[in-house]
Amino acid sequence: MKNLKFLLLGTIFGFILIKAEVVSWFRIQEMFRFQSFHMYGVICSAIVVGVISIFLIKKFNVKTFSGEEIKIEPKVFTKGNVIGGLMFGFGWAMTGACPGPLYALIGSGLPIIIVVLLSAVLGTYCYGCLKDKLPH
Amino acid sequence: MNILTQPWPWYIAGPLIGLMVPFLLLLGNKAFGISSSLRHICAACIPTKANFFKYDWKAEKWNLVFALGMVIGGLIGGYFFANPNPIALSESAIESMNSLGVKNYSGLIPSDVFNFQALLSLRGFILMVVGGFMIGFGTRYAGGCTSGHAIMGLSNLQWPSLVATCCFFAGGLLMTWFILPIIMHL
Repeated sequence: MKNLKFLLLGTIFGFILIKAEVVSWFRIQEMFRFQSFHMYGVICSAIVVGVISIFLIKKFNVKTFSGEEIKIEPKVFTKGNVIGGLMFGFGWAMTGACPGPLYALIGSGLPIIIVVLLSAVLGTYCYGCLKDKLPH
Repeated sequence: MNILTQPWPWYIAGPLIGLMVPFLLLLGNKAFGISSSLRHICAACIPTKANFFKYDWKAEKWNLVFALGMVIGGLIGGYFFANPNPIALSESAIESMNSLGVKNYSGLIPSDVFNFQALLSLRGFILMVVGGFMIGFGTRYAGGCTSGHAIMGLSNLQWPSLVATCCFFAGGLLMTWFILPIIMHL
C-alpha cells in the first residue's frame, strides 16, 4: 500500500503535536494572552526549518525519492484569506485546536473532541455549499 | 523512557514539525496541510450537489491516511506515553484561566469545560459545536489552516499565507480578549 508511508509520517506528526503540547487548550489560551513564549517558539522554529528546507530543495533542484520534479502550488489571494482567517481564529481560540490537533486529541483518548471534529466537517460542508455566494 | 512521556521544549518540537514540509515533498510531492482532510471527508461521505465536493477525493487519500496516522500518534503520545503531570503553564496563564472559571488543569484540555454533559449547556455548545463549525468553515474559506498557511505557505514565502496567518491570530486575539470571557461566564 503506497499510502503506508503517509500513515507513518502522520503518526510521527501526531506524536510530536502531543509532546509539543500545541494541542492543548491551555497552551493556546496562554499564547493568545502572551503569557508564554512556548507556542511562538514552536511555530516560528517550524517556519524557519520549513523556509530553509524549501530554499534548499529549490536551490539544488532536489527531486522526490521516486525521481519526480518537486512542484509546490502557489497560494492565491482571496478575500477568504481574511474573512475565513478571522473565522478560523475565533474557532481556534474557542476550541483550543486547529484541524491537526483535533485528530491527535481524539487519539489521546478524548472522545468529546469527535463532536468538535464532526462540527468542523459540517462547517466545511456548509462552506462548500455556499461557496459561490460568498465574496472571494 | 522519560523522553517519551515528558513534554518536549519548543526548540525540539518546532523544528521537527517544520521537517514535515520537506518530508512530505520528498516522499510524494505533497504539500503539508491538514484542513483539506475535512473537505475529503465531505466528498467521501456526504452525498451533495455542490461542485466543491465533486472531485476525485481518492486521489487525495494520502491526506486522509495522514490524518488517521495523527489519531494513532495521539494515541501513542497522549495515551500510552501520556505526560503524568499537568502542563507546566505560566503562573499568569493559570491566574487568567482561573478567572474564566477553569478548575481542572490535569490533562491536555480543561475537562470541566469540554465534556459530553457540557454540550447541553449554552457555554459548552458554543465552545465545542460553534467553535468546531468555525474551524471547518473558516479554514476552507481561508484556503488552509495553521499547517497549510502558517507553516507550508510561509515556508514557501507566499504572501496570501501571511495575510491568512495574521488573520488567524487577529481572530484568536479578538476571541480570547473580548468574546471568550463572555462565553465562559454564560
